[in-house]
Amino acid sequence: MTRRRLPEWFVLLLPAIVVIAAVVLIPLVFSLYSSFTPYKLTRPATLWKWVGTYNYEKILSDGKFWAAFGRTVLFLTIVLNLELLLGLGIALMMNKVTWGQRSLRTILMFPMMFSPILVGFQFKFIFNDNIGLVNNVLQSMGYNAALPWLVDGKLAMFSIIFAEVWMSTPVFAILILAGLFAMPRDPLEAAKVDGCTPIQTFRHITLPFLMPFIYIAMTIRSLDVARAYDIVQIMTGGGPARRTELLWTLMSRTGYVDSRMGLANAMGYVSIILSILFTIYFFRKLSAARAQIGMAG
Amino acid sequence: MTEVNLSNVIKDYGKTRAVHGIDLGIEDGEFVVLVGPSGCGKSTTLRMIAGLEDISGGEIAIGGRVVNDLPPRERNISMVFQNYALYPHMTVRENLGFSLKIAKADQTAITKAVDEAAGILGLRDLMDRKPAELSGGQRQRVAMGRAIVRSPDVFLFDEPLSNLDAKLRTQMRVEIKKLHQKVGNTIVYVTHDQVEAMTLADRIVLMRDGHIVQVGTPLELFNTPVNTFAATFIGSPPMNLIDGVVSGSNTINLAGGLSVPVPSRVRGLVRDGQKVCFGFRADNLMPVGHSVEEEGEKHELELTISLTEPLGTETLLFTDVAGNEVQAKMLNPRPVRPGETMKFQLMLDKCHVFDAASSEAIRG
Repeated sequence: MTRRRLPEWFVLLLPAIVVIAAVVLIPLVFSLYSSFTPYKLTRPATLWKWVGTYNYEKILSDGKFWAAFGRTVLFLTIVLNLELLLGLGIALMMNKVTWGQRSLRTILMFPMMFSPILVGFQFKFIFNDNIGLVNNVLQSMGYNAALPWLVDGKLAMFSIIFAEVWMSTPVFAILILAGLFAMPRDPLEAAKVDGCTPIQTFRHITLPFLMPFIYIAMTIRSLDVARAYDIVQIMTGGGPARRTELLWTLMSRTGYVDSRMGLANAMGYVSIILSILFTIYFFRKLSAARAQIGMAG
Repeated sequence: MTEVNLSNVIKDYGKTRAVHGIDLGIEDGEFVVLVGPSGCGKSTTLRMIAGLEDISGGEIAIGGRVVNDLPPRERNISMVFQNYALYPHMTVRENLGFSLKIAKADQTAITKAVDEAAGILGLRDLMDRKPAELSGGQRQRVAMGRAIVRSPDVFLFDEPLSNLDAKLRTQMRVEIKKLHQKVGNTIVYVTHDQVEAMTLADRIVLMRDGHIVQVGTPLELFNTPVNTFAATFIGSPPMNLIDGVVSGSNTINLAGGLSVPVPSRVRGLVRDGQKVCFGFRADNLMPVGHSVEEEGEKHELELTISLTEPLGTETLLFTDVAGNEVQAKMLNPRPVRPGETMKFQLMLDKCHVFDAASSEAIRG
């Protein structure tokens, strides 16, 4: 009697397959499956009831979901652009620093070292309408009203954006600075001789060279910001009255507060499309920019 | 008319002085080569003319206009860099036309100038490529093209050939010379390679340690070096130098027991007991029977060959004189074995005598 043996390649790959299955595959399949059920955390039996695309239909016709979706896109757009502009500015200035640049670089990265939860708490205090720092400063300067920073819809959105930008601008600054360090000096001098003003040199020579670095930062940050949760949860909890509700706060509310996990998972899958689209967009841009400066290949 | 005038130009980096008050007048249409060993200040001088380095003292004038405080873009110069410095994200066409585009020239003028430059340098087939897709020689041509397009007053070349292989370098050298004949602009060219300097220059400026050592035509520098540095830097192989002491008024006793007569040119300019450096080129020390018969003072020496370097039309013979390597040249060569002793003719009137203490040439 001969025992059947597994093929060698399979045996060798088995550890990797087991790990990937446990970490990625099973949660993925499970969550995908549960998005087709009315799964409620409080009633596990509901996991076995198949409702087809009911959850998806419900989401796609749900105004609250689309509001959160749109708000996330808006949040993403504003935050990425602000961080890009500020990061670019900081990197350009840092590049001019000749003394103490290393220490400055380290200090620059401090905001990234804090837990987002703590940053959230910090800004929640800073923007508090009674005891907050901002209102205190405003009042001591003679402005005689307490601005409802975290209560008014627009101001709350502004406050969250402010905190997010404060925390993550260094990502852009550091990546762009790396780009500036890698930049050859000769073309800059050639541009000077060719008659460029400093602004023209930046526009025609420096910026094209930095674009790949900018797109890498954009890709990383778009994934990061698209799943923004902690700062928002701490500062406003998606409120007041859902005015700062983003996709992930909505999902966590649906999944854990309302216990409707099946529905929350379906939301997750719809919103993943957003991340995928952003990633594809930025990667296209990235390879185009790389090809442009002759880095591709 | 575009002359370039440097008067007492100084460059300090912190406390170190890189260029010590240089005076140099370059005429319109002249091809001047700054040459010297690395660290001699030649590139710094060029970059000061370009405006890429501030000057710490003195005055630079281009076409009669003092440009000390003008940025590069207002000096109407163009520069070819050692590493080509092409714009990596632009095609050859865009690279060539960039300076005109920045100057807001109209499109037809740009197209015309670019096409003309491309024609001169044979770049027409490469116009839509990016620098990364070009070979070293092609990139160098694009860099030159970019310089021509603007029809500047002065061309500046900063060691443009040092990144090319030997064959390409020779080829590009010819192209640069042709280019100068064609466009006729003033050119300032920096190199550490004396062969480039000799072949290209109308006038050579030899520099060392931030000072100008000698200025002159290539042949002036070759034939009448002002000191031992100029003598050994210009010419290949370098000039043979042997220490010696003047004895009486007519003889120099060289190290190693040889003695030669004082060349008639310097007779009366040396005194008994003066320490000197006796110099002559390999071309002026030839085996008897293998030299070109020449009129003039000659002196015969007997030397033992230690090494030979056959080059085809000539062979370099190495001999050892009291620890100094002395090279001689054999025309119409026959095979020579190391260890062989041969009779040599030294062309005395082509020999140089330098004062040992100051290294300066003693010349009548």
